[in-house]
Amino acid sequence: MPVDLSTPSGIAFALLPEIVLTGWALLLLLVAAWRHRGADDHRLAGHLALGGLVATLIPVLWLWRASPQPEGIALMVALDGFRFAASTVLLIGAIFTVLLSLGYLGRERVIVPEFYVLLLFATLGMMLMVGGNDLIEIFLGLEVMSVAVYVLAGISRRSGSSAEAALKYFLLGAFASAFLLYGIALIYGATGSINLTTIAFQLGDGRLVGTPMLGFGIALLLVGFGFKVAAVPFHMWAPDVYDGAPTPVTAFMATAVKAAAFAALIRIAVVALGDAITVWQGLVWWLAVITMIVGNLIALAQRRLKRMLAYSSVAHAGYLLVAVASGTAIGAAAYLFYAFAYTLMTVGAFAILASAGRDGESDVMIDDLSGLAQRRPWTALAMAVFMLSLLGFPGTAGFIGKWYILSAAIETGQGLLAVLLVLASVLSAGYYLPVIMNMYMRAPVEDRPEPGGVYDFTGGARTVIVSAALALLLFGVWPNRLLDLARTAGDELRSNVTMFTTGDSRIGD
Amino acid sequence: MSGFLVSIGYARWVLTALLVLPVLATAAVLLVPSARIRQVAFWGAVVEFVLSLGLWWAFDPTIASMQFETAVPWIPAFGIAYRVGVDGISLFMVLLTTLTVPITVLGSWHYIKEKQRGFYALLLVLTSGMIGVFIALDLFLFYVFWEVMLIPMYFMIGIWGGGRRLYAAIKFFVYTFVGSLLMLVAILTIYYLVGRETGIYSFDYHHLLVNIAVAQPWALWLFLAFALAFAIKVPMFPFHTWLPDAHVEAPTAGSVILAGVLLKMGTYGFLRFAVPFFPETALDPTVAAVIVTLAVVGIVYGALVAMVQPDFKKLIAYSSVSHLGFVMLGIWAVTVQSVEGAIVIMINHGVSTGALFLLAGMMYERRHTREISAFGGLARVMPAFAAILTLVSLSSIGLPGTNGFIGEFLVLVGSFGAYPWATGIATTGVIFAAAYLLWAIQRVLYNGEPQAENASLKDLSARELGLLAPFIVLILWMGIYPKPFLERIEVSAENFVVQATAAPATPQFRLAARPGEDDR
Repeated sequence: MPVDLSTPSGIAFALLPEIVLTGWALLLLLVAAWRHRGADDHRLAGHLALGGLVATLIPVLWLWRASPQPEGIALMVALDGFRFAASTVLLIGAIFTVLLSLGYLGRERVIVPEFYVLLLFATLGMMLMVGGNDLIEIFLGLEVMSVAVYVLAGISRRSGSSAEAALKYFLLGAFASAFLLYGIALIYGATGSINLTTIAFQLGDGRLVGTPMLGFGIALLLVGFGFKVAAVPFHMWAPDVYDGAPTPVTAFMATAVKAAAFAALIRIAVVALGDAITVWQGLVWWLAVITMIVGNLIALAQRRLKRMLAYSSVAHAGYLLVAVASGTAIGAAAYLFYAFAYTLMTVGAFAILASAGRDGESDVMIDDLSGLAQRRPWTALAMAVFMLSLLGFPGTAGFIGKWYILSAAIETGQGLLAVLLVLASVLSAGYYLPVIMNMYMRAPVEDRPEPGGVYDFTGGARTVIVSAALALLLFGVWPNRLLDLARTAGDELRSNVTMFTTGDSRIGD
Repeated sequence: MSGFLVSIGYARWVLTALLVLPVLATAAVLLVPSARIRQVAFWGAVVEFVLSLGLWWAFDPTIASMQFETAVPWIPAFGIAYRVGVDGISLFMVLLTTLTVPITVLGSWHYIKEKQRGFYALLLVLTSGMIGVFIALDLFLFYVFWEVMLIPMYFMIGIWGGGRRLYAAIKFFVYTFVGSLLMLVAILTIYYLVGRETGIYSFDYHHLLVNIAVAQPWALWLFLAFALAFAIKVPMFPFHTWLPDAHVEAPTAGSVILAGVLLKMGTYGFLRFAVPFFPETALDPTVAAVIVTLAVVGIVYGALVAMVQPDFKKLIAYSSVSHLGFVMLGIWAVTVQSVEGAIVIMINHGVSTGALFLLAGMMYERRHTREISAFGGLARVMPAFAAILTLVSLSSIGLPGTNGFIGEFLVLVGSFGAYPWATGIATTGVIFAAAYLLWAIQRVLYNGEPQAENASLKDLSARELGLLAPFIVLILWMGIYPKPFLERIEVSAENFVVQATAAPATPQFRLAARPGEDDR
């Protein structure tokens, strides 16, 4: 169905999910202002947030299904499958986070209903980021998201490490935003536009590609995104922040925040800078290689589960950078599939961790899982599924995702990158397998009532763990539908560019 | 017999049934009351074996191409399908697998006391995985089975293994994982190169094999990626170090499966993928010289190291390194005789070494030690055991009249023309084999009076005799009348030799329509 994006009603239609989410978040803010004392109020806010996220998911899916065709020139908002697919992944990540938080925050006595308001605003920022066809909209979305997440990281006011995490994240995040903004300014200076489609048109004839200003702009842009996705060498904040933040927030940061930043990066890389691929491909290549190797090597040395997961998420950022480095539609599709699988497996693993301990769980050691299979066979089984999926083992969605990324790399002739990716995966076996080994092959530690903690599963956490594990297995064996969706969405990203650039060149004539 | 098989449409469903049946048996094992687990697992494995026996008659030994082929689309967007089939090489690997599994279930009857449910469930899942590796004709499917098989074995070693089981399990996993991931990159590369050239993106084995010429510029790297994955699995010297650890620490069932089936996957991979895909690279004088040298080093080194092992299981493990060296030599000599011999050794090794591991397990169950020096004089207290151990050892040495002789003879005769020196040195491996095995059985069975602890050991029970019987029958049958085996292997071996030595085929961009084909 055609949508005229130059009219207010057209824009409102295109932004329907974001409008719903904004309205809901504002309402929730009011509710939280009136009712913010007891555990009941907290639970109410959580359920309302859940309702808001589901209410946002409906128009996203509806728009995705209806696949509206934009008429005229898209100014700020993209209207393609890639946006809706990425939004869906983000919303699933956010829904899982709320489900986890419901019991967790009560248990940790963090009774702050505003938590959910912030979560909704963060999600809103992400959706703007992945839907932005304009560097400024992407930046605004990123800031809305970041400011909310800074507060979320420090939401546990009694915890010193949580406050430290928030401050660290804020300082480095602000730093990264400055880099990003400077990069945007330079790209504007080089091309005279902040609209992704127009930038693509400007770069189309290749005259501007070699200019230093564009080169610096792209480099600074990559530094900014590198901070946000925790790519090495811009990852220094990640382990401390992931470690200090409350576990559901960590899960949120490691999945949804990362997925959103990657979606924006891929859109910029493929849509706007597709013709300048020679400028950035080498940079992303190196970022990917260093991130994969360093992330995996440091994760290998971790003894604490939470920190290991934090570094493993750094390593996974490296795998996603491989998808970015391909700079093609298949890379975008691989990102979508991988981001979905990665969200499921990471949130699942964090959900088990969140149920395992107390006080932020940063003291749960991998060795504490000893003998878990005997005491809690189902928990151990779910954890094993998550670990194998993170490892990229066949039969799980993690394998199909990794395989898709490898495909993207090999299809674009980057065989060496593919080889480095699989070698990095071998390293990761060195820290995912010990988790399984401890659970299944070691006897429980006798002097504790339960290994590693109390395993107090709330209904929400249980829902997250069971649905994530089942989905990973299902899509590992039968990924067809999901692969088709990802591929179509990835193709639409490219086809938009060609449609607009050819359209523009006609105007230019 | 074949008339009956045709009447029930055996050829159409047998391979799928062989894959699905162990999965159903796994589900049954997980659900039945604990007292019945072993019975359910055993009968499931027996039904699987009986089902697979039909292959022996239904297989047409005059056809070189794949038989019992089935193809059902799986992930059509990427040209991935469930494609299976067997030829004379995989036929025996499938039969060896289905024969080994019920025997290992019986062999674990008393050995596995804890967590029986998990053990038998994993064993049955492993069966599916192993069958899948041998019948897959889609490279994606092959890779999935190749990897999935790792997990049950990893758990079997890690949970029910000996003292250093954690180390052995992770070493086994990581070694295999490194090789197989590089192979995955190679598979994807071939897929894209062939797809781009022909316009048909498919993981179909035949499609890739016919059009593999487009991958020639990268042939060396692609071959090395495949070769590394398979060489680790064989295991070829110097990638063999995971094997002694895994064998020694694994429970008896794990060792028997490892020796009987898993080690064959490496050589099977060379026969099915690495060499037919890249014949020029594989048989390039330099590459061939390296591989033949490593094979011969493996033969001699394995035998010499086996000689000094104080641990009976470790001795058998190193003897595997030696035997698999003969297989590699036979493959690389690419004569019909040597390839046939290589396939026969693959079967023999499964039979003899599987039986040796079972016997070692029986010794361990009685004395809870595997040290050779702890035994002695067993011939007097356990006469049946002594007779069987002697027979199996002689078969492993390759005494004429046993199966071992046929395979080694064919390999040595077939290889002599191509590699006289290597073959000459390899022959010493047979002599060393006689030395280490005869010396070992001498120390275990004879050496005067039994030690005090051994004086009251019970001889083999009916169950133990029963589970060894199929191996003994095969040892003698293949040793005395190997014709039925050889005639089923021969055409496939010839086909392999033709594929490997024929002039490079020009790429054929048209693919004949095949049933169930559904490619992009």
